[in-house]
Amino acid sequence: MVTSKKITVWSVIRTLFLIFIIVSILYPFLYMISISLSSNHHVIKNDITFYPKGLQFDVYKIILSNNKLFIAYKNTINYTVVGTAISLFFTSIAAYALSKKNRLPFYGFINTLIVASMFFSGGMIPAYLTVVNMLGLYDNIWAVVIPSCIGTSNLIIMRTFFSQFPAEIEESGRIDGLNDIGVLWYLVLPTSTAILATMGLFYAVGQWNAFFTPLIYLKSQDKYPLQIILRQIVLRGQMEETAILYSAGGNIIPEDSVKYATIVVAIAPIIAVYPWLQKYFVKGVMIGSLKG
Amino acid sequence: MKQSIAKKPGKYTTIPGRKIGKNNLLLKLQDGKYLLLMVLPAVVFYILFKYVPMWGVLISFQRYSPFKGFWGSPWVGLQQFEIFFSSPFWWRSVRNTLLLSLYSTFWSFPAPILFALILNDVKNYKFKKLAQTISYMPHFLSTVVVVGLFYMFLSPNTGPVQKLIVAMGGTKSDLFAQAKYFRTLFISSGIWQSTGWGAIIYLAALTNIDPTLYESATIDGANKFQQLIYITIPSIIPTIVIMLLLRLGHILGVGFEKAFLLQNDANHDTSDVLETLVYRTGIAGGNYSYGTAIGLMTSVVNLCLLFIFNGISRKISETSLW
Repeated sequence: MVTSKKITVWSVIRTLFLIFIIVSILYPFLYMISISLSSNHHVIKNDITFYPKGLQFDVYKIILSNNKLFIAYKNTINYTVVGTAISLFFTSIAAYALSKKNRLPFYGFINTLIVASMFFSGGMIPAYLTVVNMLGLYDNIWAVVIPSCIGTSNLIIMRTFFSQFPAEIEESGRIDGLNDIGVLWYLVLPTSTAILATMGLFYAVGQWNAFFTPLIYLKSQDKYPLQIILRQIVLRGQMEETAILYSAGGNIIPEDSVKYATIVVAIAPIIAVYPWLQKYFVKGVMIGSLKG
Repeated sequence: MKQSIAKKPGKYTTIPGRKIGKNNLLLKLQDGKYLLLMVLPAVVFYILFKYVPMWGVLISFQRYSPFKGFWGSPWVGLQQFEIFFSSPFWWRSVRNTLLLSLYSTFWSFPAPILFALILNDVKNYKFKKLAQTISYMPHFLSTVVVVGLFYMFLSPNTGPVQKLIVAMGGTKSDLFAQAKYFRTLFISSGIWQSTGWGAIIYLAALTNIDPTLYESATIDGANKFQQLIYITIPSIIPTIVIMLLLRLGHILGVGFEKAFLLQNDANHDTSDVLETLVYRTGIAGGNYSYGTAIGLMTSVVNLCLLFIFNGISRKISETSLW
């Protein structure tokens, strides 16, 4: 447009507004990291604003050698890897079958079954009783990964993606003697890495961040994932039992350092994969919004 | 392009040219047996984890005991509902849920629309991209982390926000321990977390607007504000309506996790919503039938509201979910 080069009042307000948004999101991360890397003296004095003062890594040493946190971290990685693999497998095969509207037997019935479940749910307790009492999934990894195995919106996004795959290529594969499983495995999946990465990210982040499912389906401390421990440490201040308040030398590490450092450790993997995968997930949302 | 392979004379149609239809179930099963096999686990999943619990809502008419099981527990009619409506918690939890839901729709629903409109107006591609990419980030943090961050930043002793409040002439106070701030915390953390992500869908709608509309409007002498009112907003109305409908369909569901995590003994007056009540009485308290009754009521009201709003929307704006 013609007026785009002019600096108007509006363009200044707009830029300032966006800068405010960017800062409001980035500053908490900067602050957290600064506190966790600062010396006890400065944390207690509470004079850190933008950068670490009296740089030290003691808090991380203590946190990373804390057994309870280590187990929780291991559990979360375990649940995330297993959960994502299972979810991705069952979602892709179902989505591929559902993308073959004309050939899938009972398509109408299956589709209604899936879509209708988005509008009505039995609620928290019947779901809990089904999983725990009827299926006997309680206090183990399967109780955490199976009830959340297929996400309806992810299934629909993948189905839409697969339905855009050129029919001629599938047809040629079938003429060469591949059945539907072969077509999916040899022809469709190798060219669908973008959607697999997107869905993988969605499921992995979901599993990494899961709080409600482990809260109700797990009982043993040694099976708790990171989010449950994170709540205990940050929100409930249950640190005396984890005994990470004390450094090896016996001098007390401030509560804030421990809490911020725990959060940093908990979100580090997500932030690490974020730039790499962020180009995929917007695409995923777009595909899904075409045919909600 | 017709995707129906049945119309093509291929090896899978034994009778050339004849469409595989309902009367040819066997042929269709033969042709689609691998597809059926692939969708089978998902069907089992939906039945076990979505439909069995739906049927399980029947225990709200029982006095369910895990030892007697579903078949052995006594039927008590509407007793659980009567207990709920005569308890002091029913009005508090319904009021808290409704108010939280309405305030939250009022404040956090327009946020991504505004953000998308502002972002869409930025001409500098790199700056736009940067702002957008950073704005998604909080969406990927867990509720525990977001609540934890707010908790730490607002902590009365060391929180940086408290320092800011003092610098501006205010006094420090523990916002988490006061019932009157619960909704503010709930909604503001939601805005911080979801605005950027929520804007994606509106940005997509905005980029789909035909640019020639703006060109002809400029030639006709329309200024930017007029273009916004007469071109931009009307073009994204269908998206806004759909998103609003989806939101209104969950008016009695505010999200268990955040309400639960923000809740403490001091703020129950505003933080006790239906979902936390169900958890506390049902799962933590073991009163399964009672919790299910409250949950069932919530689901039914949500479904009814969704139908009502969808109907109204279809009449008024010709946009609807189905």
